[in-house]
Amino acid sequence: MRVMAQLAMVMNLDKCIGCHTCSVTCKQTWTNREGTEYVWFNNVETRPGQGYPRRYEDQERWRGGWELTRRGRLRLRGGSRLRRLGRLFANPDLPELTDYYEPWTYDYRTLTTAPLGDDSPVARPISAITGAPTSVRSGPNWDDSLGGGPENLAADPVVARLRDELGTAVRFEFEQAFMFYLPRICEHCLNPSCVASCPSGAMYKRVEDGIVLVDQDRCRGWRMCVSGCPYKKVYFNHRTGKAEKCTFCYPRMEVGQPTVCAETCVGRLRYIGVMLYDVDRVTRAASTPDEKDLYPAQLDVFLDPDDPEVAAAAERDGVPHEWVEAARRSPVRDLICTYRLALPLHPEYRTMPMVWYVPPLSPVVDALARTGFDGEDTGNLFGAIESLRIPVEYLAELFTAGDPEPVRASLRRLAAMRSFMRSVNLGEVPDGAAASQVGLTEDQLRAMYRLLALARYEERYVIPTAGVGQAHDLEAVATRCSLDTDGGPGMGGGDSARGGPVELFVWNPHSRPDGLFPGSRPR
Amino acid sequence: MTTVDVVLWTVLPYVALTVFVVGHVWRWRVDQFGWTTRTTQVLESRWLRLGSPLFHIGILMAIAGHAMGLLVPKTWTEAVGVSEHTYHVMALAGGVAAAVLVVVGLVLLLLRRVVNGRVRRTTNRMDKALYLVLTAVITFGVVGTVGRNLLGGGYDYRETIAVWFRGVFWFHPRPELMVDVPLVFQLHALSALVLFAMWPFTRLVHVWSVPLAYLCRPYVVYRRRRPRTARLGAAAVSAPAAGVSGGRGHRPPRGPSFR
Ligand code: HEM
Ligand code: SF4
Ligand code: SF4
Repeated sequence: MRVMAQLAMVMNLDKCIGCHTCSVTCKQTWTNREGTEYVWFNNVETRPGQGYPRRYEDQERWRGGWELTRRGRLRLRGGSRLRRLGRLFANPDLPELTDYYEPWTYDYRTLTTAPLGDDSPVARPISAITGAPTSVRSGPNWDDSLGGGPENLAADPVVARLRDELGTAVRFEFEQAFMFYLPRICEHCLNPSCVASCPSGAMYKRVEDGIVLVDQDRCRGWRMCVSGCPYKKVYFNHRTGKAEKCTFCYPRMEVGQPTVCAETCVGRLRYIGVMLYDVDRVTRAASTPDEKDLYPAQLDVFLDPDDPEVAAAAERDGVPHEWVEAARRSPVRDLICTYRLALPLHPEYRTMPMVWYVPPLSPVVDALARTGFDGEDTGNLFGAIESLRIPVEYLAELFTAGDPEPVRASLRRLAAMRSFMRSVNLGEVPDGAAASQVGLTEDQLRAMYRLLALARYEERYVIPTAGVGQAHDLEAVATRCSLDTDGGPGMGGGDSARGGPVELFVWNPHSRPDGLFPGSRPR
Repeated sequence: MTTVDVVLWTVLPYVALTVFVVGHVWRWRVDQFGWTTRTTQVLESRWLRLGSPLFHIGILMAIAGHAMGLLVPKTWTEAVGVSEHTYHVMALAGGVAAAVLVVVGLVLLLLRRVVNGRVRRTTNRMDKALYLVLTAVITFGVVGTVGRNLLGGGYDYRETIAVWFRGVFWFHPRPELMVDVPLVFQLHALSALVLFAMWPFTRLVHVWSVPLAYLCRPYVVYRRRRPRTARLGAAAVSAPAAGVSGGRGHRPPRGPSFR
């Protein structure tokens, strides 16, 4: 056993309203630059839907992630190392800009410079890549909220799979449709195929927190990572010629703050915490023969920080005490291991993703409510979860490689929590049977409710700081003015502790920056 | 032999090679961030998928051919028993094949740069200069080989150009050998010198980064967080996978590292 720590995220899909705030704040922070116009480290897609880039889940086409060789060993789906080196000159599996979209802006200037005339001037779309007038044909969330109807949605690879393999036809008529939003960031996988595809060794997984990064100084632009990632979460900056990806906002993480997408999430549905795992077991778990067993296999890789043996091993392997403590209080671990609510996205890609999802109960509740039944009654909900095949099978294709059982179990727990808490709120005697039926105690249902529904800031994010004791120095790195060097023009004035400027990027809204009031806290 | 000849065939080569070497050292040290292929495949894929492999395979064949022709003295091949005629036929066959690949590939890549608006927009001044010189080198080379050797009477560059070329490296320049060389070959050599001088400042630096080490490295690379003392921008990160051979598993470095 070798213990490693991983920062992980869970998103509670029931609460996502598809507002795209996360995408926009992420973009403003990280990819608001030339060359990254089309880059969305965080995107929110409507399911059923094609996703971003369109149909990225079709691995027959894009060859992302891993596959098993006939001898049962892991190999990148894009082919052997030699084979992929042979394709350096042109990568056959690389999506083109058209598979994302041609980013555009508007010719706002004509609004003010157009000569006086009878018609009011119009700001026409111009391509952000070529600067030429363009017509907008697609965007990063083109099929948002089932927009585009049957012709767009039938192209969802998951819908196609349900149709071809299970003979289940997903209907898109208004009365029968179901939908939910799926926010996606990089999964910071335990077995990252992007890292494995990078021929220059520029991509790496950080030992301390498992964040997967691209070393911008070492990337040579071979663009193999883009096709290697099955989630298409490595993007190519066409301006700098280097790959870029979601950084899990590591500069914020290092000082104990949640990612920008999580901090700004309107639904307060993102959870961040530490998971301990046994790195020696990752390869074997990822090579599990049956795809449906990959979810339980990944659960087996995680370690229990309350186990003294694990704690001792963690200490031996250099995981700081603070991180083990954080793993014990980790909301992510509660949702993944204790309540078994959260599920991984597409475990069949064999990358062992680390952004997990609590599946949405709302499609079931909505369907139930449409029939006129009480959508919050345990019996009704349990029955609906059993009988509503299509949403459950769809969710299973997303989260458990097609095995509906874990999805049903998770939904049943959510249903039990819902009806239990309703009776509590109505002052009724709560029905204890619901809890035991789903293998939880009443206290656990209450704790689940607190975590999922109340979702207090301190409980959603349990983030240890990087290299304990260094946090303050790190903050100083980020808050210091770049002109504040020896002899530089800003020399000597920039330390926030002494009343200088405060860097908003790492400012925690819950604390008063030391420098806010000059002299208020002398050091 | 005039002063011009000395400038062209002795001074220029040394200037070009010095710029080549010093330029690479300088660029490697100050501009790791710019050291990339600057691929445009995300912007345009169809033409590139045809043009780029053709061009690259052709140019690599051509480079191999040049290495043979320029670096291996005639006496050596004759010593091994390869007659002038056999050598000529071999070189010509390889050369023509390479020329066809390079020219078709280059035309495709160039057309794509001009026709495709997206690629055109990302083409910077250095790219334009590079393509100009590269096209010149290739054109003179192809015209020389095909024009003179295939259609004309043939020209044995191994008695003149090759000897001059090797002389430059032995610090024994013999500019007089180049004076009577046919013009196309002179132009080919001169434009190639210009290309060498430009090399470190263009995207051609990607050639030195061919990632062969990838073949024997563990799949997943782990690295520690940058030590705090390191300056931002310096890649002061311990090489993660070095020393770990050929495995496919997960081998993060051992030992405590967090404080
Ligand atoms: C085995 C060695 C080489 C490898 C692996 C290699 C790889 C690449 C790659 C990946 C690209 C980017 C293509 C794209 O996606 O846009 C590229 C572009 C290019 N390479 Fe190479 N290259 C090699 C050797 C060479 C050599 C020897 C030359 C010429 C002297 C060369 C000249 C070029 C040029 C001019 C481009 C730009 C093509 C364009 O985008 O218009 N390469 N190379
Ligand atoms: S999801 Fe992230 S870590 Fe996983 S393969 Fe893709 S880019 Fe790499
Ligand atoms: S901000 Fe939150 S609620 Fe809004 S789309 Fe993003 S994840 Fe969903």
